[in-house]
Amino acid sequence: MVKYNSVFDIIGPVMIGPSSSHTAGAVKIGRAARHLFGGNPVFADIHFYGSFAKTYRGHGTDVAIVAGLLDLDTDDQRIPNAFQLAEEQGLKFHFIEENTAVNHPNTVRIKVSDGKESLELVGISVGGGKVEITELNGFNLHLSGNHPAVLIMHNDRFGAIASVTKILAKHEINIGRMEVARKDIGKEALMTIEMDQKIDIEVEKELRKAKHILKIAKIVD
Amino acid sequence: MFRTVAELLEKTKKDNQSIAEVMIFQEMDLHDQSKEEIINRMDKNLSVMEQAIERGLKGVQSHSGLTGGDALLLQKYLETNEPLSGTLLLDAVSKAIATNEVNAAMGIICATPTAGSAGCVPGALFSVKERLNPTREQMINFLFTAGAFGFVVANNAFISGAAGGCQAEVGSAAAMAAAAVVEMAGGTPQQSADAFAITLKNMLGLVCDPVAGLVEVPCVKRNAIGTSNAIVSADMALAGVVSKIPCDEVIGAMYRIGKQMPSSLRETAEGGLAATPTGKAIAAKYYRNSEEDV
Repeated sequence: MVKYNSVFDIIGPVMIGPSSSHTAGAVKIGRAARHLFGGNPVFADIHFYGSFAKTYRGHGTDVAIVAGLLDLDTDDQRIPNAFQLAEEQGLKFHFIEENTAVNHPNTVRIKVSDGKESLELVGISVGGGKVEITELNGFNLHLSGNHPAVLIMHNDRFGAIASVTKILAKHEINIGRMEVARKDIGKEALMTIEMDQKIDIEVEKELRKAKHILKIAKIVD
Repeated sequence: MFRTVAELLEKTKKDNQSIAEVMIFQEMDLHDQSKEEIINRMDKNLSVMEQAIERGLKGVQSHSGLTGGDALLLQKYLETNEPLSGTLLLDAVSKAIATNEVNAAMGIICATPTAGSAGCVPGALFSVKERLNPTREQMINFLFTAGAFGFVVANNAFISGAAGGCQAEVGSAAAMAAAAVVEMAGGTPQQSADAFAITLKNMLGLVCDPVAGLVEVPCVKRNAIGTSNAIVSADMALAGVVSKIPCDEVIGAMYRIGKQMPSSLRETAEGGLAATPTGKAIAAKYYRNSEEDV
C-alpha cells in the first residue's frame, strides 16, 4: 500500500514552521489524541522517542503537541504561544525524553486525562506532515489518516461488529478498511473503520446506541 | 496510479498529457473532485509560497537569532551588482532563503515536500517566473509537476531527514524543482526526469545534521544550494544532457544510502555539523537561554 496517495501530501500542508514532521505532524498527533479523548484534557504526559527526544525543543515539537491537544490546526498562528494558551485553558503537561529504541525515529506517546477518563496513544510522524496512530490504549492500530475513520471501543461479544456494520450499510456508507482487536476473550475490544466518506452526527448517534458499544471517536482528515 | 517515474512518463505518452495533467487527473480521481476544485486547492498553496517569499525578502529573524536577514542581503547585492553566478540563479537562491527564513521564524509556509526543504520549489519557481513570464495556470502546473515527482520519491524512498537524511529532504525538493523548471521552459517529460535524476545524484549522501536540532543551520543554506543545483540541472537537461542512471534507479540509490545512514546523521543533532565545537556551543547557549525564558 502506498504511504502517500495525494499530491497535497507532497505540496502541502500549509503550516507554521519549522518542521513538517516535527511541528505539523506533531500538531496532528496531538489533535488526534484530543479528538479520540473526546473532551478537554486536563493533564498530559508526553513521551518523546528517537529524533523527537533529541530535537523536540529546537523543532517546536513540544509546543506543537500541546497546540494539537488544544485543537489548533497546523496553520494556526497561535501555535508558537501554545504553552500560554494551555495555561489559560487549564491544561497541565510535561515532557519525558525516552531513550528506548523504537521502530520509527519520530515517535511520541501521549497520555491524557481529565481526572476521570484517560487515554493513551502512540503516534509516528512519517514525514512531510503525514502521521499514523499506531497504538491506542494498548491496542495496535494502523490508522493512516488518509481517510475519515471511526474508532469504536466495544465489548468483545458476538453481534457487536454486525450491529455497527448494519448501521453503516443502512446509511450507504462504504467501508474502505476495517480492523478488530481485543485485549482478551470477552474483554474490551477496538474496531477501526476507515470509510470513503465522513459520517454525520445522526449516524454517530445511532452508533453510540448500538449494542455492546462503549465509546466512539471520529478521525476526520 | 503511477508508482514510478517510468510509469509516469509512460502515462504522459499514452494519454498525450503533460506531467502536471497526469497528476491533476489522478488527484481528481482520488478525491472525486472537479479539475477546478483541485486547481483551486493548489492555487492556495501557491499564494502561501508567494507571501512567504515576500515576507522573507523584507527580512525576518528566527527566535534563536541564528538565521534571518540573508535573503534581504542578497536582494540588496542583486540591486547593485551583476552576480558572478547570474541574476536568475542568485534571485532563486535569495527566494529559497526567504522561504526558509520565514519557516525558521515559525511563520506560515507550504511544505514542499517538507518544511525544512520548503525553499527549493518556490525559490526556483518565482525566479524562473521573471524570465519565462508564465500564466497563473502554468505556475500552478509547476507545483503539480514537482508534486508528481515528489509523490514517487515519497512512496519509494523517503522525504524526511529523520528517515533518510537531507538527501531525502532537500535532495528531493531540489530534484522536484528541477523537473518542474524543465516543464515550464518547454522541455519534454523525459528531460524533466533527466533533470530530476541529475539533481538528486548530486545530493546523494547528504546527511541531516541540524545544529541544536533547529531547522536553521545548515538547513537554510542547503535550500539555497539545492535550488541552484535544480536550475543548473534543468539547463543541462534542456541542453540535451541525459542521466546515465535512470531516475527510478537514482531514487532507489537514495533509499539504500538513507537506510545505511546512522541515526546520528538523521535529524538527531548528534553528528556532522551539530557535533562541531561551534555547533555544540550554539546548542549549549540556546538551551541555556530557552530555559531562562521558561
